[in-house]
Amino acid sequence: MTRHEPRTQGKAKIDGGVASDEKHDSARKHVSGEAIYIDDMAEPAGTLHACLGLSEVAHGAITGFDLSDVRAAPGVVAVLTANDVPGDNDMSPTGLHDEPILADGRVQFFGQPVFAVIAETREAARRACRLAKIDYAEEPALIDVADAADDAKLVTAPLKLERGDSAAAIAAAPHTVRGQMRVGGQDHFYLEGQIAFALPGEDGDVTVFSSTQHPSEVQHMVAHALGVPSHAVTIEVRRMGGGFGGKETQANLFATIAAIAAKKLNRPVKLRPDRDDDMTATGKRHDFLIDYTVGFDDEGGILGVDFTYAARCGYAADLSGPVTDRALFHCDNTYFYPAARAVSRPLYTNTVSNTAFRGFGGPQGMVGAERIIDEVAFALGRDPLEIRKKNLYGTDDRNVTPYHQTVEDNVAERVIAELEASADYAARRREIAAFNAKSPVIKRGLALTPVKFGISFTATHFNQAGALVHVYTDGSVHLNHGGTEMGQGLHTKVAQIVAEEFQIDIDQVKITATTTGKVPNTSATAASSGTDLNGMAAQDAARQIKNRLIAFAAEAHDVPKDQVVFLPGRVRIGNREIPFAELIGEAYMARIQLSAAGFYKTPKIHWDRDKGQGRPFYYFAYGAACAEVSVDTLTGEYMVERVDILHETGRSLNRAIDIGQIEGGFIQGMGWLTTEELVWDGKGRLRTHAPSTYKIPLASDRPKAFNVALADWAENAEPTVHRSKAVGEPPFMLAMCVLHALSDAVASVAGHTVCPRLDAPATPERVLMAVERMKAEGAR
Amino acid sequence: MGARGEIRFLLNGAPVALGNVRPDETLLDYLRLRQRLTGTKEGCAEGDCGACTVLVGRLRNGALSYESVNACIRFLGSLDACHVVTVEHLKRADGSLHPVQQAMVDYHGSQCGFCTPGFVMSLYALWMREAQPSDRAIEKALQGNLCRCTGYEPIVRAARAVSDYGNAASDPLATERAAVIAALQGMKDGARVEIGSGRERLLIPADVDDFAAILEAEPEATIVAGATDVGLWVTKFMRDIAPVVFIGGLDGLQEIREQDGVISIGAGVSYTGAFELLAKRIPALGALIDRIGGEQVRNMGTIGGNIANGSPIGDTPPPLIALGATLTLRRGSARRTIPLEDFFIDYGKQDRAPGEFVEAVHVPVPDAASRFAVWKISKRRDEDITAVLGAFDLRIADGRVEAARIAYGGMAATPKRAKAVEAALTGKAWTQETVEAALSAYDGDFQPISDMRASADYRMMAAKNLLRRYFLESTGAGAVDLSRHEAA
Ligand SMILES: Cc1cc2nc3c(=O)[nH]c(=O)nc-3n(C[C@@H](O)[C@@H](O)[C@H](O)COP(=O)(O)OP(=O)(O)OC[C@H]3O[C@@H](n4cnc5c(N)ncnc54)[C@H](O)[C@@H]3O)c2cc1C
Ligand code: FES
Ligand code: FES
Repeated sequence: MTRHEPRTQGKAKIDGGVASDEKHDSARKHVSGEAIYIDDMAEPAGTLHACLGLSEVAHGAITGFDLSDVRAAPGVVAVLTANDVPGDNDMSPTGLHDEPILADGRVQFFGQPVFAVIAETREAARRACRLAKIDYAEEPALIDVADAADDAKLVTAPLKLERGDSAAAIAAAPHTVRGQMRVGGQDHFYLEGQIAFALPGEDGDVTVFSSTQHPSEVQHMVAHALGVPSHAVTIEVRRMGGGFGGKETQANLFATIAAIAAKKLNRPVKLRPDRDDDMTATGKRHDFLIDYTVGFDDEGGILGVDFTYAARCGYAADLSGPVTDRALFHCDNTYFYPAARAVSRPLYTNTVSNTAFRGFGGPQGMVGAERIIDEVAFALGRDPLEIRKKNLYGTDDRNVTPYHQTVEDNVAERVIAELEASADYAARRREIAAFNAKSPVIKRGLALTPVKFGISFTATHFNQAGALVHVYTDGSVHLNHGGTEMGQGLHTKVAQIVAEEFQIDIDQVKITATTTGKVPNTSATAASSGTDLNGMAAQDAARQIKNRLIAFAAEAHDVPKDQVVFLPGRVRIGNREIPFAELIGEAYMARIQLSAAGFYKTPKIHWDRDKGQGRPFYYFAYGAACAEVSVDTLTGEYMVERVDILHETGRSLNRAIDIGQIEGGFIQGMGWLTTEELVWDGKGRLRTHAPSTYKIPLASDRPKAFNVALADWAENAEPTVHRSKAVGEPPFMLAMCVLHALSDAVASVAGHTVCPRLDAPATPERVLMAVERMKAEGAR
Repeated sequence: MGARGEIRFLLNGAPVALGNVRPDETLLDYLRLRQRLTGTKEGCAEGDCGACTVLVGRLRNGALSYESVNACIRFLGSLDACHVVTVEHLKRADGSLHPVQQAMVDYHGSQCGFCTPGFVMSLYALWMREAQPSDRAIEKALQGNLCRCTGYEPIVRAARAVSDYGNAASDPLATERAAVIAALQGMKDGARVEIGSGRERLLIPADVDDFAAILEAEPEATIVAGATDVGLWVTKFMRDIAPVVFIGGLDGLQEIREQDGVISIGAGVSYTGAFELLAKRIPALGALIDRIGGEQVRNMGTIGGNIANGSPIGDTPPPLIALGATLTLRRGSARRTIPLEDFFIDYGKQDRAPGEFVEAVHVPVPDAASRFAVWKISKRRDEDITAVLGAFDLRIADGRVEAARIAYGGMAATPKRAKAVEAALTGKAWTQETVEAALSAYDGDFQPISDMRASADYRMMAAKNLLRRYFLESTGAGAVDLSRHEAA
């Protein structure tokens, strides 16, 4: 029976639609410990546990391989080596065939997986691992890019960007500065380490629960490793305990080993490495050595730049190609270079193969741009902010990037101006100068830095996504899409989009685990694109169903289609309103398909890498941040006193989630540039492979005052989902202001006459050494 | 009384008696693998991330207090007569969230959620102690919890607001306190606990005399106090530590008191237990303790263990040496008391005979005539291991240095006095010139090493600058230290 609800009784607004501060879908489960991560899943009887045996030299051939004690150890069921890989012993994500799952005959970094032990318990596997006797014929190892010869081996083809004649522009410039900058790498330190749990099935099938940002790639890798078609492999992930890029390709290793073992032994196999093994054996953010030359005029206008970005890529390419490309794409940050040349050097080193990390090379690219600004400012005795503003991209002219994309949506100037005012930059600049004049030991520093970050995968074909939406006869909705949840709130946002489409409360939308069985051939949840792509795909699926419902209702009730309107929780058809669920029931009886697969591909983008030209980015996201720090010039210790951020999110889908990304991204970026130091010793051993030695920020490292505002006056110029903007990566780079504020404080020691050239991470040690340099050079 | 063959404790709402406990079994493995209580997470298995935080309630001289601890390095065998509270215990029977949990939800305190149960437990402990915590107290309570997603800001907002959601006095841990005390008292039967056979044995002495007897009989046994060092031997180095003697629960080692200007600290006193008196009487030492580990580590770890461990980068030995502390060692019923500095012979070598244990450390409170200071330098301010630590106790009269005791950590193979520097200062006028002249003496005292924490150059430079800092502060040149919060 149809119930006629008077319109006044309907809700004015659904719960959890777009532009609401909906809480993370799993928040209640997080706080109660009920959210299930892979290690929390109930283990079927017979589950076995794996542990990886890691190489103990950085480079060399394996000359002796005695695993008899390992095999004989209590609880050990099997030991796997390269020979046990039934298919292809390779997990190179770019098809270069340079990344064995288990080392085959030779090792190329300290910590490379050489064998795997499978045992009844995790502890038995760990203990047995230590009993291996492996001999190596060591070969010379290249650990640090600074030691690389001019013709050193590259892991992938370098990129060159060129616009104008930068050599001529620099040669003709009234001033030039040449310099070098080192910027460190970064461990992801996702709180949930890597993990895979493989369940063997019938035929050649296997299901792997994998903590991965890229289920489709894991599926393909497992299939290749097992020598079975992709259809035999299902990868599922409900949530990760953090990813940050560290589970874009790095999950492959764990999933393939678990799957191989599970198929070989026909028992479930779990592989959860200890944190130290995880940090030793998985890739990190690339550290870079940046050589730069800048030519500029008397007023600080940049005339030409030349950059070489050399990166420690590790022994294999992994994603180093696109990462180093993206570094070059961001060598401009928000600045217009009349002439520019930038080249990458993706160097082979005998270290773990570096990988994706929030920003994906962009942060390293941008710190080069900001270093150049500092050089110009110090050379001319100006406030760096003045030089920044002077060199911003224009809107109608001075708007072409070194990769020949025209910047069409530039709001950097307004963002900076608003932040400069709200952070009270000018007054604080004066106060700090007065403070420093009176304070011999503690020095304060201030800096405001902008960010412009390009959104899209630079490999154009990755910019596609799929979703699957079912509406059940009771009106509840099952949502699935190709994106993965790692804490960023993607599932919440996509559910908001679907709820909005159907005008139903968000609790009617069931968020489900990402699985290759429902949405195939997905891209990694990466490049900040999760919502842009999957939100659109889910919207498409919902709209398909909606359009069928509209057509059905219009016909059944004999009204024009535009008189079928979805209102909160109900549908108006002509002049009557029925609950959503009722319409669904009717549609079902009328045999209307209530399920749809949605799809989206980003328009407009193209990229010709050989020419170094194109439009790799659909749009840009902008922001700016201002930091004030205090530095103890006796020890190099410092404190972040205050940070103000203005970041642009377009029309935010969820302000609470976006602010969370901004705050979290900023602190993570600050860690990268301050206390997070990766140290390799001469033998190529990573010495900072645990939280005891690798220091990510704590609550007490937060800025003492932290003001975050959204510049949501700027809706996305492009028709993205509800005109929102991506927010995963861009805020990370806001943290550059901390490095520059430290540099500013250091510079005060020599009266701001010498560019401190403070490298990153600016540990207390680096800060003190810079202070000492200032004292020495400032005295000259 | 014969030995008991099982440990007994409360786990959330239920009593547990366990006769099968491996000497090196961790609480975290027990919870996750044996109990399938998977809300408590493993993020590092070394006490540094806090994902495994649970509360342990224990009776100390009849009073029950709950403290946050790291389940990953806490041994199950150390929980006899304790109440273990995990995150699963917080939600109310009707399904509603606990105030701490609701605040975390409402302030968007979780993103990936993996760190979240640990934060909830740390904040739970804080809220029971302080209804309206200051930011300083919140940061201190969270020093042992890492979050990689949120940047902490929303968690701190939640922490400030917990009391808006409920009152600690009506929390089950408060309302059921009497019953818990009775239950725990019932478990303390005064018997020695002994589980296992041969080497694979764990022992919990009945009292300190029993401990002395056990150790005399089995000098090769591993003494475990707070397990903040020993825990890692097991989880990271997979060392075989059995047989194990757990002394953390011995009331006889829990005493801290001041007599005749000397503070005596029993070997079982945790950092947290020592904090109040030390912070009051020797404020610089209190400030240092606040920077040792995180709250969970301070709740477990002891100063006795820090000394006995003998590490050159342990934080308490240098200041205690500068203060002229002495150490009492005991074997059977024989005791000897030595200057603390003499305990440290060389890297990995201390003056402790087989069967001997550290009973107490005695710390003279500096008098008004001397100025005591200690500074720790580390890459990250909190919960980090020292790169360089300098402790100074100088007596200056009529503008002259009458006596100087200076000791450093991180500068040599042991915690070590800077005797050449002391000599260069003693008897001299307390002036900048004297200080500058004394700096060259450092090269005689120390040849520091380079490692992942700092280079030798930095260590030396910072060590010298700490003397300059000490001088500047003594001359009233104003605070030259960076402080995060106004003095409490
Ligand atoms: C995350 C983390 C952070 C840390 N941060 C710091 C820091 O900032 N600064 C710092 O100095 N330390 C730090 N530590 C180490 C510090 O916690 C330990 O050195 C602690 O003080 C040792 O005390 P415990 O009771 O835990 O000792 P245990 O681990 O139980 O024992 C340590 C050693 O002392 C022996 N021992 C213990 N008690 C006695 C006794 N009564 N008689 C004889 N031998 C005994 C044990 O057999 C063992 O050899 C940290 C540890 C962790 C896990
Ligand atoms: S798991 Fe990291 S502190 Fe216990
Ligand atoms: S929410 Fe992910 S680590 Fe804290």
